[in-house]
This record gives sequence, structure tokens and C-alpha cells, in this order.
Amino acid sequence: MMGLEHNLMLGFAKSWGLFYLIALALGVVVYTFWPGNRKRFERARTSIMNDESGPWA
Amino acid sequence: MVSTMTVGERQMALGLCVLVALCGLFMAVAGRNDLMGPQGVVVLLAGILGAIVVLRRLDAPEPGPERLASYYDEPIKFGIVAAMVWAIIGMLVGDWVAWLLAFPRLTFADVPWASFGRLRPIHTTGIIFGFGGNALIATSMHVMQRTSRARLPDQLSPWFVLAGYNLFCVLAVSGYLIGVTQSKEYAEPEWYADIWLVIVWVTYFILYLRTLARRREPHIYVANWYFLAFILVVAMLHIVNNLALPVSLSSAKSYSLFSGVQDAMVQWWYGHNAVAFFLTAGFLGMLYYYLPKRAGRPIYSYRMSIIGFWGITFFYVWVGSHHLHYTALPQWVQTLGMTFSVMLLVPSWIAAANALLTLNGAWHKVRDDATLRFMMVAAVFYGLSTFEGSFLAIQPVNALSHYTDWTIAHVHAGTLGWNAMIIFGAIYYLVPQLWKRPSMYSPRLVEVHFWFAIAGTVIYVFAMWNSGITQGLMWRTYNDSGTLAYSFVDSLLAMHPYYIARAFGGLLFLIGTAVGCYNIWMTTRTAPAARIAPAGQVPDMPSAPVVAGE
Amino acid sequence: MFNSHYQLERYSIGLAVAIIVVASIGGLVEIGPLFTIQQTVEAAPGMRVYTPLELAGRNIYMREGCYACHSQMIRTLSDEVERYGPYSLAVESQYDHPMLWGSKRTGPDLARVGDKYSDQWQVAHLTDPRAVVPESIMPGYAFLERTSLRTDDLPSNLAALKALGVPYSDEMVHNATTDAYGQSAPDSTEAQGVKARYGDATAVRSFDGNAGVVTEMDALVAYLQVLGKLTDVAHAEPQLQGDAQ
Repeated sequence: MMGLEHNLMLGFAKSWGLFYLIALALGVVVYTFWPGNRKRFERARTSIMNDESGPWA
Repeated sequence: MVSTMTVGERQMALGLCVLVALCGLFMAVAGRNDLMGPQGVVVLLAGILGAIVVLRRLDAPEPGPERLASYYDEPIKFGIVAAMVWAIIGMLVGDWVAWLLAFPRLTFADVPWASFGRLRPIHTTGIIFGFGGNALIATSMHVMQRTSRARLPDQLSPWFVLAGYNLFCVLAVSGYLIGVTQSKEYAEPEWYADIWLVIVWVTYFILYLRTLARRREPHIYVANWYFLAFILVVAMLHIVNNLALPVSLSSAKSYSLFSGVQDAMVQWWYGHNAVAFFLTAGFLGMLYYYLPKRAGRPIYSYRMSIIGFWGITFFYVWVGSHHLHYTALPQWVQTLGMTFSVMLLVPSWIAAANALLTLNGAWHKVRDDATLRFMMVAAVFYGLSTFEGSFLAIQPVNALSHYTDWTIAHVHAGTLGWNAMIIFGAIYYLVPQLWKRPSMYSPRLVEVHFWFAIAGTVIYVFAMWNSGITQGLMWRTYNDSGTLAYSFVDSLLAMHPYYIARAFGGLLFLIGTAVGCYNIWMTTRTAPAARIAPAGQVPDMPSAPVVAGE
Repeated sequence: MFNSHYQLERYSIGLAVAIIVVASIGGLVEIGPLFTIQQTVEAAPGMRVYTPLELAGRNIYMREGCYACHSQMIRTLSDEVERYGPYSLAVESQYDHPMLWGSKRTGPDLARVGDKYSDQWQVAHLTDPRAVVPESIMPGYAFLERTSLRTDDLPSNLAALKALGVPYSDEMVHNATTDAYGQSAPDSTEAQGVKARYGDATAVRSFDGNAGVVTEMDALVAYLQVLGKLTDVAHAEPQLQGDAQ
């Protein structure tokens, strides 16, 4: 009986951590390579090269 | 600085200063029989100083609405100057204590504040929080305005963040001298300073969100993600790690909520993530903005920067337990820490590779421009020290390296080679731009600084690698009869030459920083450029036709 | 092409929330189970708490930054066990708020330094390390012997620790100031209470050799002499090396 709660927490941490890791990795890759995001990223990439003119009104 | 605020903001600033002074007065009176008293005096003086600064310009004319058409860069200048001042303090104390380890008799005779134990946290706090923190806050304010195409939302909160943050640093450092510390590594300041930092930090976070909310670019540039992760996770770490019960409201002393093995895990969860989110995430934000700007080329792959971001944010938080291999920490936590430490290499190297690939096609600029070279070397050292970090986290390696100077070598490869180099690169990019000068006072001195810095780093790191590995091997060497071959004192004697070399390397690095300070000081004193470089141009390439001071 | 102001704000707050969620999971998984670990960790029924004098010494140890150069954690490696003694168990630091395991051995480990050297050796070494160990690089702490120990705040210190779960009795809290004096003045009337409250094994003697006043040297040496001595659980069972469990 002693340690039951601990083993439960441990089991939860050990098993679900892996699924969480995989899900997160997939999510990030999908977001990164989502075709609709391509233009937005390309714009962000180059837009910083010309930003000293001051805030846009 | 005060004259750029509106009249209403000045009145609020004055009110805040008075409030701080009153808090200081309360601390000084209530804690007069305790170390809280002198700390209260520091707060009181800070409040009075702030009030005087505001009062002297209280009646200055209100800035016109034309200010809204430009970025608000005044606080950034302050942050850069503060960073350089802390760099000198932190490195000076650091090098001094390095000499003390080589020649302990140099310790000033028998005064409590002069011993290694009290001076060392001044070095770590001065460098990490004073130098690194001010540079991070200043550059983040610079980057967030430009990538958002929006001015900071008001003129008061940036000053509150910077001044409040520096008050925290001063409280911390002055406290160590008189013996105030909660002894948690890299989180030594006591409970009242910790609470103050929370207030400052929340203001900083809100300032960041408010600026982002004003942005005109729909997409948040990735550098801001890193800065945001830095602000958020550091807040989380700071609050949890510093949970403590003060002995009384008039006592500087508190006791950590956690004890034993839990406290060990909490402290290293904090300790390693301070490296992750203070010394890595925020600095990657710097890298992802200033390196492309200086090189004149957009970042090699925006996608790599996103994948790297989530990888670092996710992996780092798991790895703190690698500081506790073979200790009383449960085995499964150690294994988890080791595994994730090795996996962490992937996002880390993605970031380093992304930076170096950005320079492809611009290597001639790296050759000619010491500022860009600072950034390039920073990326290289980032790659090297993350590799070393993953390596040291492997249990059998850690068995040898832990508790030895190898850790010190690793940490300094990171802080000298990566953090300081990227800061210097960013500062040399920023100073002429913010003070509206055509270039640094002397590009030659930037070059001098670069070589001092790189020589100092290499000497330092090699000395500590040697001493660390020697130490680790001597401690575990058995002789033929199956007993330990060396006493602890034997290993201490073997360290002596390396400790001298280390202190010398540190001295070179310090000299480089002093040269940098002189160069920055002279730059701010030369005449402003007749014409500001057109938008988007890099104003300070040595090959540019106008080079002042030459 | 610009989204509304409201949407922009939502986007940045969403990013902030995502960062918090992603960054906290690892911490929760690693640290969470440690808060239920008492259920599995070895027990040390006879373990005593620090006396007020030892606690004051521990606070001096922290104040002077000793933890920066001395660890208090013997790992499960054969050379460390041979050099420093049985490896450290989690339960041994259960009352340490905060723990002082340390991360660097510029000097040797101190987890089991208690009773390894005499009081006189400790005092002489702290006063001038190189008079005792010529090769030492440790700073001297001669001022400790000249500085009388602050004891008026010890009851509130014990009370704070009691509130955090350290098993100090009300009597211990109440008598903390006199106990601190008594432990370093063996012939005084205050000395008797110390053994009654903290056990017969508690060292009651003048640690710095000057029984008249309680100095910071008394406190620090008292603390050093009790390191590794609060429980003998680590000595009791045969230890396996190379594996903590």
C-alpha cells in the first residue's frame, strides 16, 4: 500500500511522457512545413533586413 | 532620460521612487538589528537617487507627438552601459578570485567580505544577471520594437524594468559582501530581493506583450519567441526555486520550502534551466536577429529556427538531473536527465548550424569585420559547448568530470565563448546605431578586443580542461596494493600551474572588455553623424567610406 | 492584410501559453514524483535534528559560501566511498532547508567530516589553514573566533523550520537561545537541557576552547563535527556501489 501513489505518479510520468514527446514533435514539424505557412515564414525571414525606418503608423 | 517621458509619466516615476525609498526606510528601521538593515539602506538610497534624477527634469518640456514616429531607444542605451559596467565588475571580481585560488595568501587580511566564498557569488551574479541580464533586456527591447514595427507602448515601464532590475543586482551583490545569501547556486539573493525581481519581471513580460500587441507585422519574428521563452520560463524557475519562509519580516534570513533530495532536484531544475532560458534562449534571440542584420543576409532557414526553438524549449527542462548523477537522487530521474541531455544536442546544433550557414557567402565579411566575427565565434562556441554539455551528461563521463574543474571549463566555454561574444557583437552593432554615429570610434580597437577575448577564452578553457581531467583521474587512481594512490592535497598541488594559467586567461578577457568599454565611451563622445545611414543599411562596416577616428 | 488588434493579442498570448505548457511538462514529470518519494525512501527513525548551535553553524557555513568549494554528497562510486566514507543517502539531508550537496570540490567532500578531526584541529585550520595544511588554498576565518554568536534570533529560526516540517518541539524552539549557549559551555546549568532535548549523543563542549562566550567559531565547528552524525543509517547496511538503488 505504501508507495502506491508514488508508483502511480512514476508510471504516469514514464509512459505518457513518451506519447507527449511524439505528439509535440509531430505538431511542430507539421506547423513548420505546413504549405500555408511558407509565405509567412519567408516574409518574416527577410522583413527584418529593413526595419530601421521607425514604427509603422 | 527623464525628459523623454511625458509629464504624467514623470509624476508616476517620482511616486514609484518615493515608494521604493519608503520600503527601504521600513527595511532599514525594522531590520536595524539584522542584516536586513544595511540592505534597507541600499533600497532607500536607490529610491532617493531615482527621485533626484526625476526631480531634476520634472519641469522639462513635454516631448511632442513626433516621438511616436520613432523607436524608443533611450532605455536601450542605459541597458548597454549598465551591461558593460557589470561586465567590468563581474570579470574583475572573477579574475581576482581566480588569482586567490592560485595564491590564497593574496586574500585581504582577515576581513570577512574579502574571502573567496563571499566574492565568488559577486562574480557569478555580476556576470549572469548584471552583464547578461542587462544585455538581454536591452537587446530584447531593441529587437521587439523593430520586428514589430512598433514603438514601446509607454516611456515609463521600460525604465522601471531596467532600473528595478539593476536595483535587484545591487541588492544581491551588496548582500553577499555582508553575508546575505540563501546559498542556492545562481539564486543566492534573499527573499525580499526575490520578491522585488518578480515585480520587475512581471512588468517586463507585460511590456513585451503590450509591444507585441501593437505590432504591425502579423507574424511574430522568431527572435521574439526566444526572448518570450526567456522571460516566461525564467519567471517560472525563479518563483518555484525561491519559495522560502522568512524567519520574520524584519529578518534577511529565510529557509527554503524544500529540503534534501527535493531541494536538490528543484535547485538543479532551476540551475540548468537558468542556463537554458537565461543563457541560451535569450541569447539565441539575439543571435537570430543581430547575426543576419550584421551579415546583411537573412537567416539561412526560418524553419530550422522554429524546430530548434520548440526542441530547446521542450528538451531542456528535462535535463537538470544530470547535475546529480550517482547521488541520492533516484536512478530513473538520472537516466531521464541523461537521455534528454543527449537528445538536446539535436536542436542545439540546428541553431548553431543555422547561424553558420547564414554566413555562407559572407565569409569575406567575417574576415574583415570583427563585430560579425564576434557573432560567428559565438555560434561556434555555442555548438562546441552544447556538444560538451551532452557529453558531460553521460553518466560514466560525469563520474569523472563532476565536482572537478572540467565543469568550470564547460561553463566558461559557454559564458565567455558564447554569451559574452554574442553580447559584444550585438553591442558593437548597436552602439553606433543608437548613438547615431557613423561607426565605432575605432574599428581597430574592436579588432584588438576580439583577439584579447578569443585568446583569453582559449587559455582559460584549456587550463580548466587539463586541471579538471587531471583532478578527476587523480581522485580515482588506485595503486598496486588496491588503495587510493593520491591524497586530496596531491591533486591540489597538481592544480597550481593550471590555476595560474586560468587567472591569466581571465585577465586577457578582462583587458579586452576594458578596451571595449573605452571604445564605446569614445564612440558616444565623438560628433554625431551628419547624416544617419539610410534605413536598412549596416552603418558600421570597416570597408565603408566614412570611418571616424582613423 | 493586417489582422485586427484583438487577434494579434490573442496570437501572442497563445504563444506565451504554449511556451509555458511545453516548458513545464518536463519539470512536472521529473520533480512531481519526488514529492511522494518519502513513501519509497529508506527511513531513519533515530535521526535527530540540528541543535540551535549547529543550525547557527550551518547558517555561517552558508553565509561564508563554503558550499561553493565543498560538497556534502558522496556518490555511489568506489573511490569516493573509500576516500570519504559510505555514500550519502537521501534521508540524511531530509531536514536540510536548503540542501548543501554542492557541485564542486575545490576542497574535499565534507558529508562525513564529523569527528574526523579534533576540535582543536578544526579551530586551528579555520583560523589559518596553511598553518595546518601548508598546501591548502582555503581562505582563513580567524574572525569567527572573535565574533560572538548572535543567539537571540535562534527561537524564530527554529520556529520557521518547524513550520516547514522539521520536527522541532515547542520546548526546543522555546529554549533555543539557552541551548546554544549550553552546548558550548559544558559546566553551565544550561548544558543539561541540551542532552535532554537532543539526545545523549549530542556533543556538549566548548568547541573553540573558550567556554566563556559562544562565538561563531563554536557554532561552525559544532556543525562540522555533526556532519554525517545525525543518523548512522548509512553505516548500518551493506552498500552496493555504482547504483543508487
